[in-house]
Amino acid sequence: MTDPLGPPASGAPFGANPSFVDLLRQARPDAIPPTIPAAAVTSDLSVPHGTTVLGLKYADGVIMAGDRRATAGYTVADPKMRKVFAADDYSAIAIAGAAGQAIEVVKLFQLELEHYEKITGDRLSLEGKANRLAQMIRSNFPMALQGLVVVPLFGGFDQGRAEGRIFFYDATGGRWEEDDYQTTGSGGQPAKNSLKKRWRAGLMREEALRVAVEALVDAAEDDVATGGPDPARRIFPNVMVVTTSGAEDVAEPEVAAAVDAVIQERA
Amino acid sequence: MSFMPYVSPDQLMKDRSEYAHKGIARGRSVIGMEYADGLLFIAENPSATLHKISEIYDRIAFAGVGKYSEFEDLRIAGIRLADLRGYSYGREDVKARDLANAYSQSLSMIFTQQMKPYEVEILVGEVDGDASGTALYHVLFDGSVTDEHGYVAIGGHAEDLTEALKERYQEGWDLASAARAAAAALGAPDGREIDADNVEAGVLDRTRSQRRKFHRLGDDEVARILSSS
Repeated sequence: MTDPLGPPASGAPFGANPSFVDLLRQARPDAIPPTIPAAAVTSDLSVPHGTTVLGLKYADGVIMAGDRRATAGYTVADPKMRKVFAADDYSAIAIAGAAGQAIEVVKLFQLELEHYEKITGDRLSLEGKANRLAQMIRSNFPMALQGLVVVPLFGGFDQGRAEGRIFFYDATGGRWEEDDYQTTGSGGQPAKNSLKKRWRAGLMREEALRVAVEALVDAAEDDVATGGPDPARRIFPNVMVVTTSGAEDVAEPEVAAAVDAVIQERA
Repeated sequence: MSFMPYVSPDQLMKDRSEYAHKGIARGRSVIGMEYADGLLFIAENPSATLHKISEIYDRIAFAGVGKYSEFEDLRIAGIRLADLRGYSYGREDVKARDLANAYSQSLSMIFTQQMKPYEVEILVGEVDGDASGTALYHVLFDGSVTDEHGYVAIGGHAEDLTEALKERYQEGWDLASAARAAAAALGAPDGREIDADNVEAGVLDRTRSQRRKFHRLGDDEVARILSSS
């Protein structure tokens, strides 16, 4: 059967494919992770895992935050890992799961968005970005069966709807949109319990930042794989905000102040 | 079995070259110009969405004249090459010179081997570090490349434009002076003034804090710059 959208009889693809991942698959197939049948692999591979990340909506958009610990088995592989990244100017991605794999997903996703923007001259819609990420996670599913799970949270500012939106993914590439907040990773459950008590609609930036930090502190108390803030060594959560003016890091002093406030309250 | 009539290579190249020249001469021009903060590309373009000037990579921009479908093809190929190279190695390893070489190879191949040559001329510009890191390559339809300094005009009235710019151009112009001079030069061959709405402009601005140094000037920005004095 012929593709109804194809060019008349030439057989050449119709239009320029704006996907970097497709381009990479074609030009450098060796750069795409191999898909080994799950049965062929024993999955006691001890690789670094990133742990707890969360996203929540607030008055101006969304906040994405993550702790800094990466673990390999019972070892702390990295006390200062970064898990929250700007995906492009108006969205951010936070990752939990196999660290190497997850960072590669982030890198590819950032390139995918930039490549699309340059080829077509337009930015993808937030919906389009969220769908594309789902497809990329789905293609990682064979690796997930081997224990190399990557589960991101994706948050961005939807210019069309003029509001922040948060998307949650599972290892199969399943995608859900969240109304208020979501967490993922090993400390996700305690962090979510914390958000459930503290989050409410229309939080202002300072309050929202504090709610996010508090959830990470709660996660660190209940989950050994989540690293709590460590003021002595200047290790604080990574926090990004995405608003109508774009995605930006919350500066360390502001995060440190929120951490201080939470710790003071509990002293 | 069919026989091709003999045509001397001289004649063949001459015909193709003439064909490409004619195609390019029908279209409008683009000017590439060094200014204090980097490189300015400016063109007369009645369309606000079918661009002649665009971003290739962090510090690299592209401008094309001639047949739209053909320079669009080259633009996309350039973005693909740059993004793949930046992914495989590092972002700072993507260089305009490599890109200009790739364009040159590919255009030269098309010129000698295909039924018809591409009717295009392109510019590949790059900014890096300080003013000494600025590069501007001009690639012709037959694959010949030249490394330009100061300013260059390509397309329909390239020679007239170069003539007009020769008298005006000054090193170290700020953006507004450079843009006004270039816009005036674009209209000079027919002795008219170009409407700001029909000016397409983009810059590679090395002073931008972002990783991506390319910036497309919006309609408002162009109007403001051209009307200032």
